Amino acid sequence: MEGVEPTIEVKNLTMAYDSFVVMRDLNFQVRKGEIFAIMGGSGSGKSTLLKHLIGLKKPAGGEIFYDQTNFWEADEKTRKQLQRRMGVLYQGGALWSEMTLAENVALPLEEYTTLKPAEIREIVSLKLALVGLRGFEEFYPAEISGGMRKRAALARAMALDPDILYFDEPSSGLDPISASRLDDLILQIRDGLGTTIVVVSHDLESIFTVADRAIFLDIGEKTITAIGNPDDLRKNPPNEEVHRFLTRRNVIERGSNGSGYQKNKVKGS
Amino acid sequence: MSPLTSTTPFIGVDTVETANQTNHTDPACTPCSIAGQDISFGVLRWPEFDNPGRSIKKAGGSLWQSSAMRVETRRNDHTLIVELSGEWRMQSPLPRFDETVIGPTGTEDIRAVSFDTSDLGEWDSSLLAFLIQGRQFCEERGLEYREETLPGNISRLIALSREVPERVTDRKDGNTSFVTRFGEKAIAAYEHFLDLARFTGEFAQSFFALFTGRARMRWRDFWLIVQSNSSGSLPIVTLIAFLVGVIVAFLGAVVLLRFGAEYYVSYLVSYGMLRELGALMTAIIMAGRTGAAFAAELGSMKITEEIDALKTLGISPISFLVVPRVMAVFLMMPLLTVYADMIGIIGGLVVNITFLDISVPRFFVGLLEPVTLSDALLGVFKGAVFGLTVGLSGCLRGLQTGTDAGAVGQAATSAVVTGITLIILTNALIDWGAALIGV
Repeated sequence: MEGVEPTIEVKNLTMAYDSFVVMRDLNFQVRKGEIFAIMGGSGSGKSTLLKHLIGLKKPAGGEIFYDQTNFWEADEKTRKQLQRRMGVLYQGGALWSEMTLAENVALPLEEYTTLKPAEIREIVSLKLALVGLRGFEEFYPAEISGGMRKRAALARAMALDPDILYFDEPSSGLDPISASRLDDLILQIRDGLGTTIVVVSHDLESIFTVADRAIFLDIGEKTITAIGNPDDLRKNPPNEEVHRFLTRRNVIERGSNGSGYQKNKVKGS
Repeated sequence: MSPLTSTTPFIGVDTVETANQTNHTDPACTPCSIAGQDISFGVLRWPEFDNPGRSIKKAGGSLWQSSAMRVETRRNDHTLIVELSGEWRMQSPLPRFDETVIGPTGTEDIRAVSFDTSDLGEWDSSLLAFLIQGRQFCEERGLEYREETLPGNISRLIALSREVPERVTDRKDGNTSFVTRFGEKAIAAYEHFLDLARFTGEFAQSFFALFTGRARMRWRDFWLIVQSNSSGSLPIVTLIAFLVGVIVAFLGAVVLLRFGAEYYVSYLVSYGMLRELGALMTAIIMAGRTGAAFAAELGSMKITEEIDALKTLGISPISFLVVPRVMAVFLMMPLLTVYADMIGIIGGLVVNITFLDISVPRFFVGLLEPVTLSDALLGVFKGAVFGLTVGLSGCLRGLQTGTDAGAVGQAATSAVVTGITLIILTNALIDWGAALIGV
């Protein structure tokens, strides 16, 4: 996929809450059609980075480009157009609880297209069928299980056939089977529709299954300390923190025996 | 009693007999563990209730003892050997390291502190707290702290407690001066006011966008809110308005009877209800009922990221969620005010008939003579303004909700407080304006 123009480009991004800097000097590119994982420990700012990417939080510094358009410098109309090209699957699904699944999926279509109600219904049924929820149109979010809710939310995120799909912790709150089914769905969407997919996750299973490339946000360093294919990163970790994260090694005492990566190795190399 | 070893069950209830108790099989024994760590605390036990507690013996080697825990010190050249023995439990008063170990002897020629735990019984966090105190004490005075003389599990726990360095935060401590706190509160209040003003502006913008066709509203939501704000709140409005009418009539009756002017009770009731109390009481009920509900609804939508989901679709939460709510309560409040006025006057009528012996026609003559249509219209106008206030403050507080579970409750509370404060404030302003233009 080398040589493909980056769909998303992040340059020197600094994220902060008031005066507290979460991460700084973030630089990475997401290429068209790849599955890109943002990984890091709890509290490392993964979700905050996502908020910056989807336009919910303004960066304290740096730029985010979508196909060479500077997102936060653009006027509101352009930003809205860019947002229309993204779909977001929120952690808990974030389906609108007052509406049925069909209404949830239909709302973006009503908002952005001039389709007739009958046509919208057809598309809604198609989208729900794609995520395995055929016949659930008239259910309310509270009436279905957590896994189904996530899939319904995915149907909503895909309503406008987005170029980029964001997933916030797709496997959180799901049993292993539902989680792996969602991972399959992620792969199918990319292979079938060529959608660029960005996954925010700390679930290794999921990252190794789906991601082509990944970045690691290090809480201590407050920046990206690793970038590359997750399997390569596991085999050749660039630093101890990444190694610990990818092999689930405990920090205390246990790291010294039985792990492939040891401190003295780094010193030696 | 053997000291804790790695064979101690990780979780379990111990029923070993203690020294001065027989058959101690308390089911409430609670062992304690640190999740994920392969280390155990001692088994915790209920205290012996005949524990004589702390007693300090200044003479002799033993410096501190209770029935359970003992601390003794020995000197070996420049090393102070602290002998820890007995049972260490949090139920007994805890010794302080500095006064029991170092205090009486002084630290002049001591360079190191080591421990002897050969007679140590069972222990829990009290021993750890004591040892961590000791460590700090040694660090402050530059003494060597021989941790290796402690059993492995104890030193591992102490190491664990120091694993993560204390987080340096810029969080201010609570001991700020009155002036600082006053200033901070004032700035916060000013910012709240700015938020409200900004929010009102955004609402107005979205509201007018609705009529110029630049924004859409979900009418089904609007009608649902209208329903819950009209028929849904009739019972409570009826009850309160009726009782307020009765109360005003009683007050008037007691005062006016002294002057033989009980005929004017109907004037007092109707004038009071129409101009002030009808709108005010309804507004306060709505602030508690609808304002809080708006805040809670929008607050929980914020926590579940439903509002973010709207924003990332480019749909404004203001026009999608706030406009229908505020419009519904804005339109329903004047109607509810008229209803409350009528019920309040009926309440006054009941008092007149039963208490003052004034007939229904006389009551209405006394009412219609002085009271004008502008009195009633002023009340209705107030109702509309209060409706706007209730709706806006409820929605604003809902959208300002934090992200933790308690935040929804706080949002609802602050919606009611803001709503009622603003209602009373605008009521005073409207009355003042009405007096100026002579309505």
